Formats: sequence, C-alpha cells, structure tokens
Amino acid sequence: MAEITYRDALNQALAEEMERDDSVFLMGEEVAEYDGAYKVSKGLLDRFGELRVVDSPISELGFAGLGVGAAMVGLRPIIEFMTFNFSLLALDQVINSAAKMLYMTGGQINIPMVFRGPSGAALQLAAQHSQAAETWYVHAPGIKVVTPATPADAKGLMKAAIRDDDPVAVMEGELLYNVRGEVPEGDHVIPLGLADVKREGGDVSIITHGKTVHLALQAAKRLEKEGIEAEVLDLRSLRPLDVDAILATVRKTNRAVYLEEGWPYVGVGAQVAATIQEEAFDDLDAPVLRVTQADVPMPYAKNLEQLAKPNAERVIAACKRVLYRT
Amino acid sequence: MRETATKKGSLEGFSREEVLNMLRRMLFYRRFEEKAEEGYAIGKIGGFCHLHIGQEAAAEGCIGPLREDDYVVSAYREHTQALAKGMDARHVMAELYGRSAGSSAGKGGSMHIFGTEQAFMGGHGIVGAQVPLATGMGWAIKYRGEDRVAMCFMGDAAVNQGAFHESLNMAAVWELPVIYVVENNEYGMGTAFHRVSATRVEDRSVAYGIPSSAVNGQDVLEVWRHFQELVGQVREGGGPRFVEVRTYRFRGHSMSDPVSGTYRSKDEVTERTERDDPITLLRDRLFEAELLTQEELNSLDQEVRAEVQEAVDFADSAPFPDPSELYTHVYSCINEHGRLFFDGRDR
Repeated sequence: MAEITYRDALNQALAEEMERDDSVFLMGEEVAEYDGAYKVSKGLLDRFGELRVVDSPISELGFAGLGVGAAMVGLRPIIEFMTFNFSLLALDQVINSAAKMLYMTGGQINIPMVFRGPSGAALQLAAQHSQAAETWYVHAPGIKVVTPATPADAKGLMKAAIRDDDPVAVMEGELLYNVRGEVPEGDHVIPLGLADVKREGGDVSIITHGKTVHLALQAAKRLEKEGIEAEVLDLRSLRPLDVDAILATVRKTNRAVYLEEGWPYVGVGAQVAATIQEEAFDDLDAPVLRVTQADVPMPYAKNLEQLAKPNAERVIAACKRVLYRT
Repeated sequence: MRETATKKGSLEGFSREEVLNMLRRMLFYRRFEEKAEEGYAIGKIGGFCHLHIGQEAAAEGCIGPLREDDYVVSAYREHTQALAKGMDARHVMAELYGRSAGSSAGKGGSMHIFGTEQAFMGGHGIVGAQVPLATGMGWAIKYRGEDRVAMCFMGDAAVNQGAFHESLNMAAVWELPVIYVVENNEYGMGTAFHRVSATRVEDRSVAYGIPSSAVNGQDVLEVWRHFQELVGQVREGGGPRFVEVRTYRFRGHSMSDPVSGTYRSKDEVTERTERDDPITLLRDRLFEAELLTQEELNSLDQEVRAEVQEAVDFADSAPFPDPSELYTHVYSCINEHGRLFFDGRDR
C-alpha cells in the first residue's frame, strides 16, 4: 500500500473514474486551469481536456443546476463547490431539483451526480467561511451524503459516489487535504453506508464523522492514559447511515458521545441520539451526550474560534460524564 | 442584435393541411385545459393547477418546429406544452387526477409533468429553476456532439431570478444549443411585469450577447415561422437564442386565484380575451381565406372534445397509486448497506 495525501487520494479517484466512464465530467470554480482551489483536480485538465474539466463562472446556483440538467439526460457530473459554504446559493437546485427529481417524475429520471468540496471550518475564516454543511444536505430524502476522514476512505467513497445512480454529496475537509495515509492499490471502492471502527474500546463509544474522527482519536488516546478505553466509530456515510454499526458499538460499551463539527440543533448527533434511544434504549447506561460547535456563528478571533470548536478536552469531559467519572 | 420575424400574419408558406392541424391541436389544448378546470372545480384535481388558456399558440408554434428528440423544459404552466411535445393526453390528465396511470405515476401532479420518451423534461415548480436545467441539457448536447436543441420555457417573472442570468451567461460563454423562450403573459401571479422590472423582457439577454427577438404570441403562424428559423440556426451551431413570446393569460394565475381583481380589471381581461384569442384569430383567417367552413370547424371541435373526454374517462377510471408507492422512486439505487429512510419504515 502506498502512503499518499487525502488530496492525492481524491485526485486518483476522480482520474480513475473519468478514465473508466466518458460520461463523467468535473465542473466548478477554478477546477481546470488553476488545478483546483485546493489542488484536488491537479493535472486533470491536461489529461481529460476542457470539455471534461470545466472552469465555471462564480454562479453556484447556475452551475449546480446545469449539472442536474446534464444528469437528467444521462451524464454523470461532478460539481465542485470551492467550499460547501458557497453551496447554500445552490441549495434550491440540490434539494428541489436533484433530490426530488426521481420522485416527482415517477421514477423516470434519476440524477447520477456528485456534489463535492470541503465542508466545515478551517482556521480563522470567520462566520461565512466556517460551517459544516452536512445537516442542510442529509435532511432531504433523495440525496446521499458521505464524509471521508482518511485518504483511503476519501478515495474509496469518492469512487463509490461517482458510480452511484443517485445524487451524492461528498463532504471533504479543508484541513484534511494534507493528511497522509495508506491507500490500497487498485480499484479501491468503499460501499456507501458502511461505518468503520477506527479504534476499538470497551468503555465508551465516541461516534463521529469527517474531520472530527481525528479529534476523537486524540481524545481516545488521552483517555487511555486514564484507563478508559474509548471506541471510535467513524460513520463515513451519513445517508445511508450504518445503524447496525451504531447499535453494535452502543451494545458493546453502553455509553455514547456524538462528536461533530456542526451546530447541535437538528445536527447529525441529534439524529444518531434519537436512533439510539429508539432502538437501543435498554442498552444505555447513561444519556447520549453531544459535543458540537458552540451554538453561535463562527468568530474570527483566534481565542474565540478555539472556544467555539469542539476540542479534545470537551470530548474527554463528555466521555467521563457518561461514565459518571469526574 | 435583434432579429424580427417577417411575413407577419399571412398563411404564406403553410399548406391548408398544416394550418388546419395547428388549429386542431390548439383547440385540443383549449379543450384539455377546460376539462382540467372542470376537474379542479369538482374536486378531482387538487393542489395548484395553472392553465395555459390563451397561450396555446406559444405551445404549438414554438414546439411544432422541433424534432422529436429535441428537449423541452418548462415551468408549472406546462400541460399543453407536454401535449405539444407528443405526450399522451390520457397520461397527462391522469397525472392531474393523481392516479397511478399518470405520467409521473401520480407523484408529480399538475406542476411536474414529465415524459422522457417524448423528451419533455418537466414540469418545474420553482420560478426560474428550470433555466439552469435546460442549460445543462444544452451542455450535454454539446458534450456528446449531438445536433439536438434544448428549448426552455419560462414566464416573464423568471427573468428577474438569478438562476436565469447565471444560465444565460454560461450558455453564451459555452455557445450552448438552447432556445430560451419567455412567455410574457404580462403578469407574474398578480404583479404586472413592468411594476417590478427595470427593463423590458426582450432586453434581458443583451448583456450576455445572446440574440434576442420578440414575436406576437397570439399568432401561431408568426410564432411557428420564427421558431422554425431559430431552431435551424441553433441546430447548425449558432449558439443560444432568446425570444419573448408576447401573450396574455386568460385565467387567474392558478385555479385558486381570481381571473381579475385588484391587479387587473375585468374590462381588461374581457377586451384582451376577445381581441387576442389565438384560436379565434387563426379560425377567422381560415374563414377569410375560405379554407374552412363553420361546419368543418364544428366537426373538428366535436372530434377534439371526444378525444379529451376519453382522456378524462381514462384518468377518472384509473386507480389511485398503491400505498406501497409512497416509498418508491426516492432513490434509484438502494445501497446494500446502511439506512436511507428515518421515519421508522425500515426498522
């Protein structure tokens, strides 16, 4: 296995799938000549030409809708949002067109497309450039959402998303692009809907997705020094959601903490907590707690930003609370 | 930049048979919409139902010159455009009735008529949202090197949406084979276009360098001639075109809205419907040219009414969708792993 960056893993996935299927094209701001705002599409213009790697104007609603229209007649567009913050401009096309098309056509028109880009906060980018977009997307039936945390997952989930016949949002992490990790050689595809235990442990389950998987692992490492074995479950895919894996870890540890970058209200953790209490109530020894971003727009000042983001201390504190330890 | 239609008003260039077919089809659209109106009044059709009555020449004259495999995309006042593109009236009426035999299996209703076999691509309910979709179909045509055309209908109010402007810019930059058709019926629901618009409809594509033109949308022959020319230009690689089709909405915005009231007077509606009826205008021209008699017209109307009644009978006798259909067509691919529905369904 080769060790590569998350960025290169995504680049490989895009290139391999474009090679495999002529109907796949990539469109978005800066994806072609500039090689991508985060260099994910580096070299693809030279390799596939300007009809398949397309620089769009800054018109998120327009080019997202163009992608949906192209998908309606059988192409398989990959629409890149420079970040998912800007995709709020495109939500009408994502929700009202892409997610609902199959249903309102009575099954006549499916939308085989991918919306991708980084989601969540980076560093000191302030309110409008720092938000987790998962909830906006995962809320709507008709769309699928994946949030890879490692290079291997990034490649495998991106390839599965491109091959899926429904709209899939692939939410990457701006701070993950330089993360290195081993990626299996060959046609590495990870099916949607499969969570992954990133660390085994028997005392408490930290369930999370996306970038905060790494934070969960840091917290687990520190808990280990205090004699607490935390299991870290990375959902990887939010819709379809691997409920079996969630219930399995809860049945194993009887205690769960949900960790996410986004706001708490109707967040992914709220859904997971609801699912756990509905289906594994008798297995719980403590209420499910959540560690999220503070319920405020992201501040700019460094110290305030640190306070707003979930951190290892808060994860550790939540784990101890569900273990009734102080 | 502007191109104007020539040979206005004459029958020149069309055979008697061609013109009679246009008349017959427009009559068919009118009778279809009247039956939809009736179905709504007696509670067989629910929700929003936007009628195209008075605008039939736009459906017939714009779509008539298209090829079967050309795409048509529209908004929510689209019943007759679906029929003009070749969809079966029985399936369209059954969709309005919310029945399983409907074109969208009863899941779309009046605002979401789709017929992929006829390349009729909806049926979209958010003002202006169909414009990027049509642009994407134009992109797909270019991508595949086909010689199809995508035609995008919208109402006048859509030209004030951002989606419209973003789309026209992209279509111009990439020279996409899309004809943007604004059916200007003068009102966005109950707001007159000029009250909320800084510039005229026909000026709206000029900023993007897309050739613009305007036609009298009540004269089906003028509309047909003009679109025949435009379709040819676009098919031959001429890039996008923008057309204002000037028409008038004879009914309220939807079936639940008044025909006249605070936003337009009863007198205005009476005057315009009497003066500008596209069917009457064509009929009178045929009478004058002695190409049609009252008896022939009566029998044509009888035929059309019978055909529409057959669609109504088909719709009314079709079953409602089976309750099991609630969960179908949400995803085309149910993944092997994980849960897709969260309402307790797959527990």
